[in-house]
Amino acid sequence: MISGYGRTLERRSWLSRAFESPLRRLDWTLICVALVLSVIGSLLVFSATRVGLAEAGSDPYSFLKKHLFNLAFGIILGGVTAALDYRLLRAYAPIVYAAACVGLVAVLTPLGSTINGSHSWITLGGGFQLQPSEFAKVGMVVLLAMLLGEPRDGEVGPGRRDILLALALAALPAGLVMLQPDLGTTLVFGAVVIGMLSVSGAPKKWVLGLLAGAVTGAFLVWWLHLLKPYQINRFTAFADPSRDPRGAGYNAEQARIAVGSGGLFGKGLFHGEQTTGHFVPEQHTDFIFTVAGEELGFVGAALITVLLGVVLWRGLRIAMQAADMFGMLVAAGVVCWLAFQTFENIGMTVGIMPITGLPLPFVSYGGSATFANMIALGLLEAVHLRHNPYE
Amino acid sequence: MNSRSHMRLLVLHVMVMSLLLSLGGRLWYLQVMNGAYYRKVAADNGIREIVVPAPRGQILDDIGRPLVRNRTALVVSADRTTLLRQKDGGKAVLQRLADVLGLPYAQVAAKIQLCGPGVTRPCWTGSPYQPIPIDDHADPQKALQIRERQEDFPGITAQLQAVRDYPRPYGAGAAQALGYLQPITQDELNRRKGMRVTGYAGADLIGRDGLEAVYDSDLRGAPGIRRVLVDSQGRVTGIASEQPALSGGNLVTSIDAKVQGAVEGALKHAVDAARKRGDPADSAAGVVMDVRTGRVLALGSYPTYDPAVWTGGISQSEYDALLSKNKGQPLISRVTQGEFAPGSTFKVSSLPAAVRDGYSLHGIYPCPSSYMVGARSFSNFEGESGGDISLHQAIVMSCDTIFYKFAYEEWLRDGGVHPAKNPKDPMIKMAKAFGFGEKTGVDLVGESAGRIPSRQWKLDYWHATKTYDCKHGKSGFPDVAKTDPSRAAYLKAVAAENCVDGYVFRAGDAANFAVGQGDTLVTPLQLARAYAAVANGGTLWSPRVAKAVLAPDGTVARRIDPVKAGKLPISQKVLAYMRSAFADVPKSGTAAGAFGGFPLDKLAVAGKTGTAEVYGKKDNSWFASYAPAKNPRYVVVVMVTQTGTGATTAAPAVREIWEDMYGLRKGTTPDLPDGRVPDQLPRLASDGTIVPPAGFGDPIDKTPAGAAAPAVRKKKHE
Repeated sequence: MISGYGRTLERRSWLSRAFESPLRRLDWTLICVALVLSVIGSLLVFSATRVGLAEAGSDPYSFLKKHLFNLAFGIILGGVTAALDYRLLRAYAPIVYAAACVGLVAVLTPLGSTINGSHSWITLGGGFQLQPSEFAKVGMVVLLAMLLGEPRDGEVGPGRRDILLALALAALPAGLVMLQPDLGTTLVFGAVVIGMLSVSGAPKKWVLGLLAGAVTGAFLVWWLHLLKPYQINRFTAFADPSRDPRGAGYNAEQARIAVGSGGLFGKGLFHGEQTTGHFVPEQHTDFIFTVAGEELGFVGAALITVLLGVVLWRGLRIAMQAADMFGMLVAAGVVCWLAFQTFENIGMTVGIMPITGLPLPFVSYGGSATFANMIALGLLEAVHLRHNPYE
Repeated sequence: MNSRSHMRLLVLHVMVMSLLLSLGGRLWYLQVMNGAYYRKVAADNGIREIVVPAPRGQILDDIGRPLVRNRTALVVSADRTTLLRQKDGGKAVLQRLADVLGLPYAQVAAKIQLCGPGVTRPCWTGSPYQPIPIDDHADPQKALQIRERQEDFPGITAQLQAVRDYPRPYGAGAAQALGYLQPITQDELNRRKGMRVTGYAGADLIGRDGLEAVYDSDLRGAPGIRRVLVDSQGRVTGIASEQPALSGGNLVTSIDAKVQGAVEGALKHAVDAARKRGDPADSAAGVVMDVRTGRVLALGSYPTYDPAVWTGGISQSEYDALLSKNKGQPLISRVTQGEFAPGSTFKVSSLPAAVRDGYSLHGIYPCPSSYMVGARSFSNFEGESGGDISLHQAIVMSCDTIFYKFAYEEWLRDGGVHPAKNPKDPMIKMAKAFGFGEKTGVDLVGESAGRIPSRQWKLDYWHATKTYDCKHGKSGFPDVAKTDPSRAAYLKAVAAENCVDGYVFRAGDAANFAVGQGDTLVTPLQLARAYAAVANGGTLWSPRVAKAVLAPDGTVARRIDPVKAGKLPISQKVLAYMRSAFADVPKSGTAAGAFGGFPLDKLAVAGKTGTAEVYGKKDNSWFASYAPAKNPRYVVVVMVTQTGTGATTAAPAVREIWEDMYGLRKGTTPDLPDGRVPDQLPRLASDGTIVPPAGFGDPIDKTPAGAAAPAVRKKKHE
């Protein structure tokens, strides 16, 4: 009897330990939703690539296999990030930032290679490439959180000196990315800077001023022809896609046709005629949402949008409950990054945003993007795990 | 966290959610409200891949004259898949097509049948998914009708295409050496995975014989792909992307069009003359090779044919003619695929073999009119006796009995019918050193190896034929006996004998082999390289017809060099002795009659006649020669079947070839300036002109293959 009682006690203590372990305190909703998005993404990547690969005489599963490998590796990276005490990250923030900048410089040297007009990749062996601009997003968020989240006495938000330093340090990677040229990532940086500045409690005049500056800046860049012709073409094509059906507007038009033809319930997974016909370029990466739109219809496309909304909602919730300013800013920065990328990516697919090369978080194919997204997820979980100040 | 940050987080929250909501609204608008519209647009949406065929490279002679080039033809073709999908299987369309083209319906319908058991040509041998050419000499007016009335001709196209053209400069056909193209079969497509095809009728061809086959990948190029946007009516609305076609490389050969023409002419004259005498003279072969490099200047085979018959689908009767025995099987190259007994020309091997076996080079040997090999008497060709003579004279007057004696004595020393364990077989070993019995490795398809009837061959052959021989050795040949009882009796006796000990290497086998008779077979090319080896001091070449591949941009893509196949195991002293004997053959020997009046002082030709007996047929006539005798440059070998002695038919043909090459007849210019062939390759100028090597003539006119270049140039001048 006694021994039996003891065993029960022991078991209970094991159970209760398990319940108290950090595993239990993870935001499982966030993880599950991200995993569901990844599974849907894998199916869409397979659907978008299998026909083309088979026609070329290669293994139709090769992109799927690579994508699953990327996901697995990304999950490990995310897990490691989540396990880190994020407050330690604050100490390492300058190193992360510096590493990101070194990567961005390396791309501009002969080490980098050009894919689709952007000199954004470093080719590794075995068919893998590294895209430093994806990792720079992580560096940017962590650095800005460190600068803007300094504990202050009596101040509500960061002062002018902090803000100017933050802007200056953000301008360096943004400039480097612009040289590649990668307009999309530059815009992500802009959204992250403005978003993080505003939630850090910076004075209203700074926030509104930056917003106004971004708008005029974009206009000036266009007006003064600072962009590459194809980038301008993409913008003008955005204004009127039918004007140039086989040029830059071609992508926008074809994307819209693919999504629109999906209807309410879609044509069924692997049954998209536009998808198998290769009308939309970059369909497994930037235009993955067209596959969802065509094959899964409004129901599937809306579901993906809702799931991404859940990710952002959980991210904002983590930001609100964060133990300190640094944690809150990291979480908010990640949300701004993912939110902008989601809106821009789906927006360009359905024709309400201009076309830039940005992948859809958790869904698009792409090793570096997948790794960066999973690290972002890990950052959110890291902040979430340590939100109880009394722990 | 301060309240300002909290407020702003809430604002961010609201902003993010409203952005997502607007995405949802847009999706609803696109997919649900306008779904039907976009489905219709999607149905109109199409990309058609047009594969742009790559011009196949030309085949050029040594100074750049095209032996094979391309011409533009208007090709009308039918897409089988589209036709069969029509209600009546395309009958109505084909009927209309036949009317427009002025061809019988049956012929048009037959062309789109897939070849198979019971389906005769012109059936389609290519892939069923390729368009099938119906007419490649279409009148532009008719083709235009088809293009304008596409609704009446679904599945029928009329396109300008490049087809092979054979200009035959100076009568140089070389049909068997050049080879021909045929549609790629589905099987070949599956096997050669990386090969891009056009899907154009008549463009997806593959080399099936000769140089076209051996250098197919060099000549082929790679088709380009143009992806055009089309609407649901199939109208092209724009170009999505374009990858230009890569032209094939031009193959420079060592064939010299003038020499090739001279060889083909000489063969024709020889055959005509022989037939006038009443000989069957059913086939002939001639080959010219550079003894110092192993490069082939000419390969002529008679009868020949016009390779243009392959263009645009060959009819059954044309195809049958190429392979029919009655027409002399013109498809077969007598130079590389024909195997013939070499007769006395084979002494080129037997003489050094005897010397190597210990017979003195300067000895005097009896040349009786006949010699007893065992119990059988072997006589000289015309039964004449030469008295006691030197080996030099044995070659010049072609004494056989000396060689019978050598062979028989050697055979006895090897143990006769009960051979020693490792017989010396000096004659057979020397023949192998000369490369007989094995392929020369020339860059042509389907080369024959010839045959050395060695002990091993006899044994293998006996195993293969034993059953047949034993059966007929008993039962005889009743069929033959009905018409020719004496022949039947002979055949029965031979069969019975072979049944018992057909594997034994008999004295007669050894004797026959020494003079290139019996079961000995060589190809004219093998004999040419054997004489070239004697002429050049002992190097046995693996000959080459191709010299280099010129890329479309004019650079040399690759060079093709003959390979040294071996070195003769003969001392320079013996080789020099042989050469002096061969030099006297046209002067005072068996070919003196054929070379009567030939300016041997200007061009000393050396050579050897051969008269090969074939059971039941007339003798084959051979002449193997090289010149200049003192400093040999070229070897010329001619063989004519069923026409008599080497001196009567082959030697005059060889003489004609030498006269043409060096311009020795009055009023003729030499085919080879100063008797030279170019070491340099012709160049491909940027405007598509072929520039001959320096000192070898004027630039050669642009051919249709290079027609794109001048158009670009013209634009620049405007």
